[in-house]
Order: sequence, then C-alpha cells, then structure tokens
Amino acid sequence: TYVHRPGEGSVKRVTLLPGDGIGPEVTQCVERVVDVMKVPIVWEKFNSISGADADGHPVEALPEELLASLRRNKVCIKGTLFAPLYKENTNTQSLNVLLRKELDLYVNLVHAFSIPEVQTRHEDIDIVIVRENTEGEYSGLEHEVVPGVVESLKVITEKNSRRIAEYAFEYALMNNRKKVTAVHKANIMKLGDGQFLSVCRETAAKFPTIEFEEMIVDATCMRLVSNPQDFDVMVTPNLYGNLIANLAAGLAGGAGIVPGVNLGSEGIAVFEQGARHVARSLQGKNLANPTAMLLSSAMLFRHLQWPSMADRLETAIMKVLQDPALHTTDIDGSATTSMYMDAIVKEL
Amino acid sequence: MAARGIASKVRGGGVPLATFLPGDGIGPEIAKAVRQVFEVASVPLQWEEHHFSPEVIDPSTSSMVTREALDSLLRNGLGLKGPMATPIGKGHRSLNLTLRKELGLYANIRPCFSIPGYKTKYDNVNLVTIRENTEGEYSGLEHEVVPGVVESLKVITEKASRRVAEYAFRYAKENNRSKVTAVHKANIMKKADGLFLECCRAIAEKNPEIEFEEKIIDNCCMQLVKDPSQFDVLVMPNLYGDIVSDLCAGLVGGLGVTPSLNVGDGGIALAEAVHGTAPDIAGKDLANPTALLLSSVMLLRHMELGTHADKIEKALLGTIAEGKYLTGDLGGKSTTRDFTNAVCSKI
Ligand SMILES: Nc1ncnc2c1ncn2[C@@H]1O[C@H](COP(=O)(O)OP(=O)(O)OP(=O)(O)O)[C@@H](O)[C@H]1O
Ligand SMILES: Nc1ncnc2c1ncn2[C@@H]1O[C@H](COP(=O)(O)OP(=O)(O)OP(=O)(O)O)[C@@H](O)[C@H]1O
Ligand SMILES: [Mg+2]
Ligand SMILES: [Mg+2]
Repeated sequence: TYVHRPGEGSVKRVTLLPGDGIGPEVTQCVERVVDVMKVPIVWEKFNSISGADADGHPVEALPEELLASLRRNKVCIKGTLFAPLYKENTNTQSLNVLLRKELDLYVNLVHAFSIPEVQTRHEDIDIVIVRENTEGEYSGLEHEVVPGVVESLKVITEKNSRRIAEYAFEYALMNNRKKVTAVHKANIMKLGDGQFLSVCRETAAKFPTIEFEEMIVDATCMRLVSNPQDFDVMVTPNLYGNLIANLAAGLAGGAGIVPGVNLGSEGIAVFEQGARHVARSLQGKNLANPTAMLLSSAMLFRHLQWPSMADRLETAIMKVLQDPALHTTDIDGSATTSMYMDAIVKEL
Repeated sequence: MAARGIASKVRGGGVPLATFLPGDGIGPEIAKAVRQVFEVASVPLQWEEHHFSPEVIDPSTSSMVTREALDSLLRNGLGLKGPMATPIGKGHRSLNLTLRKELGLYANIRPCFSIPGYKTKYDNVNLVTIRENTEGEYSGLEHEVVPGVVESLKVITEKASRRVAEYAFRYAKENNRSKVTAVHKANIMKKADGLFLECCRAIAEKNPEIEFEEKIIDNCCMQLVKDPSQFDVLVMPNLYGDIVSDLCAGLVGGLGVTPSLNVGDGGIALAEAVHGTAPDIAGKDLANPTALLLSSVMLLRHMELGTHADKIEKALLGTIAEGKYLTGDLGGKSTTRDFTNAVCSKI
C-alpha cells in the first residue's frame, strides 16, 4: 500500500491547455476520466489559445495568465499548438517552443512501450527517451548572410548537457533501468555534440551501476528499426530526440499511443502526447486516439503521488485495448473516440 | 543533364572507362564478384583499378586518395567504390570528404527496397532517399563562444538546395517514380529549412507531372516505420538524409543490401557500397556482394545502360529469392564465390 503524507489527497489545481487540432478532443477525454474517477483535480482551463490567428498567421506570445497559472500549479495537461510555416517569426518558432523556453522545461521524456494488444511489427519495446528540450537546433538563431545563403545556429552548452544527462541517469536509477544510451553525431559536430558526449561520459562515471553506451544518431535509427529491444533509456540533444521519440512512437503504435512529459527547473511538469502533433486532419471527426493523452495523465497522477489512481487508469486502458473492436483507426481498428472512451469509463 | 552527359561519352565510340576502387577488408572479394558478373553480362565497360593504403597520405590530395585515382575518376566521370577502412589519426582529410569535395559530389542517392526472399519486418518498401551532400549541418564551422558554450553552424544555400531538388525530380522522371517528398524541419528552422523547402516548391512547380509533398522530419520518421509504402522519392538536407537513409536501410535489412550512388556536376557519378570493411570475415570468401552489385547497377542506369542493369539486377534478386545460395549475413551458408556463380548462371 502507498502510505501518503497527510494532505496529499487534497484537491490540486491543474492547468489545462487543450491546444489545436485534436488537442481539445483528447484533453476532454482526460477531463471525463478525472470526473468519473473522482480524482481530486480542479482544472484551470485555457480554451482559446491557438498557435495561429484567424488569418492563419503565427501567434507570437503566450498570455501571462497561462504562464502564471503554470508557475502556480506546477502541473499541466497540454495539447499541441499549431505552428504555421512562416519565415518571419524566427525567434518564437512556435508557441510550444516558447512555452518550453519560458518555463525552462528542459526535459522531454517519452516512454515508448509495446502494448501486446496493439498490433505492431516489433514486440517487447520499452524505451524511455530523455531529450534536451531547450537548446541545440531549436536556438531560433538564424539569419540570411547574403541572399540565398542562410546560417542557422545550433547551440550546445555544458550546463544544459549536464542537467539532461543527470536527469537521464537519475531516471534510470529510480526506475530500475539498466542502461543509458547517449545519441550524438560527434564525429561530424566535434565541438557541439562532442561536448554533449563528454558530459554524458562524466555523468555516467557517477552512476557506476548503470551501463553506459554511446551511439551515432544514424546508426541508432538503423538499429532502432531492426532491434528496438536493444534500447533502454536514451539521452539525446534536442533534434535527435525529436526524431528518435517519433520513430520509437511509430514502432510502438503511433502518436495516439505514446505518452510523454516535459519537466523544468522550476518544478513544473507539463504532460502531453509523446509525439507532439496537432493532427488537424483528424480534428472534429471523433477519430483521435486519446490513449497517449490518458497514459500521460496516468503519469501525472503518479507525479502527484496518487499511484493507485494511475494504476486504476492504466489497468482500464489495457483492459479495453484487449478488445480489437474498440481500437481507433490509427491502430487499425474502426472505433470512434467516444466508443473507446465509453468502454474506458465503463471499465473504471 | 547528368545522365545525358555520360551517355554521350558512351555513344561517342569506344568502350567507356570507369574507375574501380575495390577498398579494404572484404572489398577485394566483392569487387571480384562485380567484375565476374559484368563480364558474364557483357557490360560494355572497362575498369581502371586503383588502390589506397590507409598508411600512405598523398600530399597532393591531403588524404589517402592518390592523385592517380582522383585523376582517373575526373577523367572517366564514373566510379565504383568498395568499403574502405578509415584510419584513425589527425592532420589529413577523410577519404569520403576528399572524394566529395574534389569530385563535386552534391547528392547521395540510396534506393531501399524489400528484397523478395530476404524476410525483414517490412515487406513493402520501395523508396529512394536523396540527400544533399555538401552543406547543412556538415559545414564544419564550430566554435566555443565562451567555455561551455558551443555554436555549430548549419548552412543552407539556395544554390545547393535547388541543385539537389532538381536532381530529385529528374531522378523521379527518369526512374518512373511518381512522387517526391521534401523532408524538412521548417517549423523550427524557419529560415534555413524554409529556404530548402522554398527551393523544392519552386522545382516542383516546374515538374507538375510529379506529385509533390512536404513532410516534417519527425513525422516522416514516424510514418516511415508505420507505413513505408506511402513513400516514393524523398529529398532532404544533409543531416536528415544521413539519418533517414540509414533508417530506411534498417527497414530492408541493413547496409549489406542497400546500394548507393553519389552524383556531381557534369554527370560525374561514384557508386559505392556503404557498408563497412567487415574485418571479421575478410578473406574468408563469406562476404555478400549484393550491396556493391546493386551499386554497380545504379551506375549502369546512370550511364543509360538500362538493359544491362536490368539483366544483372534480375539475376541477383532471383538468386536471393530462390534462397539456395545465400551468404551468412542473409541466413545462408554459401560462399561469395558460389553466390556469385549462381548470379552469373542466371544471366
Ligand atoms: N491522438 C492521435 N490519434 C491518432 N493519430 C494521431 C494522434 N496524434 C497524432 N496523430 C497522427 O500523427 C501524425 C502526425 O500528425 P501531424 O499533425 O503532423 O499531421 P497531420 O495529421 O497531417 O496534421 P496537419 O493538419 O498539421 O498537417 C498524423 O498522421 C496524425 O493523424
Ligand atoms: N557485405 C557484407 N557481407 C557480409 N557481412 C557483412 C557485410 N558487410 C558487413 N557485414 C557484417 O556486418 C558487421 C559490421 O560490419 P562493418 O564492416 O559495417 O563494421 P566494422 O566491423 O566495424 O568494420 P569497419 O572497420 O569497416 O567499420 C560485420 O560483423 C560483418 O560481418
Ligand atoms: Mg502537422
Ligand atoms: Mg551515415
């Protein structure tokens, strides 16, 4: 039994940012589950925030109230915000990136694991990707040197490399994981990725019980698609982590299945899909798969020290997924979001 | 027009010459297999063979590439390269970098297709990755701003982006492909990848008969492992090409079965097996020559020797599909020699 400290069961305020595309649909599923399970959450919901304005132009700033709410509550459920392709707003990049940078959410953790009832090509995948979430290729520093020649800066700092490496090893230790693989391209980017790699090595030395492995990013991807079972925890700079997390998500069943979270230096945790996509093509069609968002919510429950709530939700999800008739279309089923959700609620 | 430049040389009378760099480790064995197959298939092509030693640096190229080999490649405009051991040491240029720079090889093409008879988790792959090979993240421009803060420069130019996009569309047309997907991360690198994307769009507009599609690199990686059959030709900047081409090779069984061709200005082409030297099996008659053979087939197609290319490819794939003579890496027990003989007997 989990013996809670007095007060841990009291009502918590959680920020809810539904986002664009299917975001509102899948976060609504979370609200429904929280309601049914009587989870002691009160939502602070920010409905009207979108990455694009009415003309489709990029929105460049996040409302202060949202940031204040996040700083106060420390916990958030988030859908993805849309990022229009515009060359002008190079400093903002997207509201998603802005949020991460503003709140210094330096860890993006994605857990890609096989669910036996979800048919995929590979079995027994259980990979945790710990991705640096604030710098690297996402610096937003770009300029046109002369017409037709653009430079884009990738920034790797020792400080950010160290804190992400430390998080990865700590995670491995606390979750009884055996190995951490550092992914890099230090043979080409000798200084930048070289620094990331050497910091990973130094950190590895402080965790002698955890095996450490280094792998070049292209070879990593080849190995992932043929032998994903070889991987345990992975630690990566920003862009490689983006690719690897999506690749791993694809192997485990897709963006609709794989959960994730962003964690920051101010103790803030933002839970969202592991593969962060808006999926506008599915919007409003009752076809989105809310599993990734629900599994992220289970992570949130555990984060708030409500382990049995998390277990209960995960058990219900796994139980419902045993019936292929209740699978949504992205995992080769024919069920709608609401059919799936009705089954989850019934199971709960 | 790359292909046409070479073809006119071919038609210009006489048998065309191509430079052969057999390489190290299993290189000489698989090179021998290619020579034998070409002879049996009566390919109108003569080889000029050149060898390097990892220990000897040629001062005129600042690398292990010899002046003679480089001149041969520049003269012939055609080459085939086996695997080469990269010496660990400083003070000279890497072999691949030297070849790329000196020959102006701006694009790397890697077809990935499921090989009938060689079972992997994916059985419906038939795509081609085209990678910009001269700039991007591989600029080599890096510096430490202050201790602990490193900047690496990614450089994207209109010239290089248009050039590779043009090649991608021409490749699609010449090889009966119907769709080109531009892979990018312009949602984050808005100016750099944005420029690459703009160039692709401009070339796409000039080639309305080829379908054009844009995919963000992360989604592309996810889609590739979920359903690779949706892709046809993919064109992308350097780093994404590096990663995605290896990912795709992994889908169909690894580097031992994936060919590669580098193309440059004026139709110069260097085909290569991208796998390693496999020192563990070198000299033991166990190596699989498939990747080098398929690369040589790409070279033939580039020379517009399509009939010979088809003949060799059909015999090779037929031998693998039959499954009687497979090398160890494909789960068989055959020697390189027996496998090669089996291919020849089908020609
Ligand atoms: N919760 C989800 N359930 C099902 N599919 C999802 C989910 N989230 C993302 N996806 C899928 O992930 C893929 C990537 O999404 P992404 O937003 O990039 O592409 P899209 O659907 O074409 O949307 P857009 O309108 O932005 O182009 C899409 O195939 C999308 O349908
Ligand atoms: N053409 C081939 N035929 C059979 N086996 C191969 C072939 N290419 C690679 N292999 C196998 O794949 C494994 C990896 O070989 P590869 O040469 O790529 O890396 P390596 O052994 O580190 O060599 P290098 O020194 O070239 O990097 C080897 O054990 C080898 O047996
Ligand atoms: Mg999209
Ligand atoms: Mg590579």
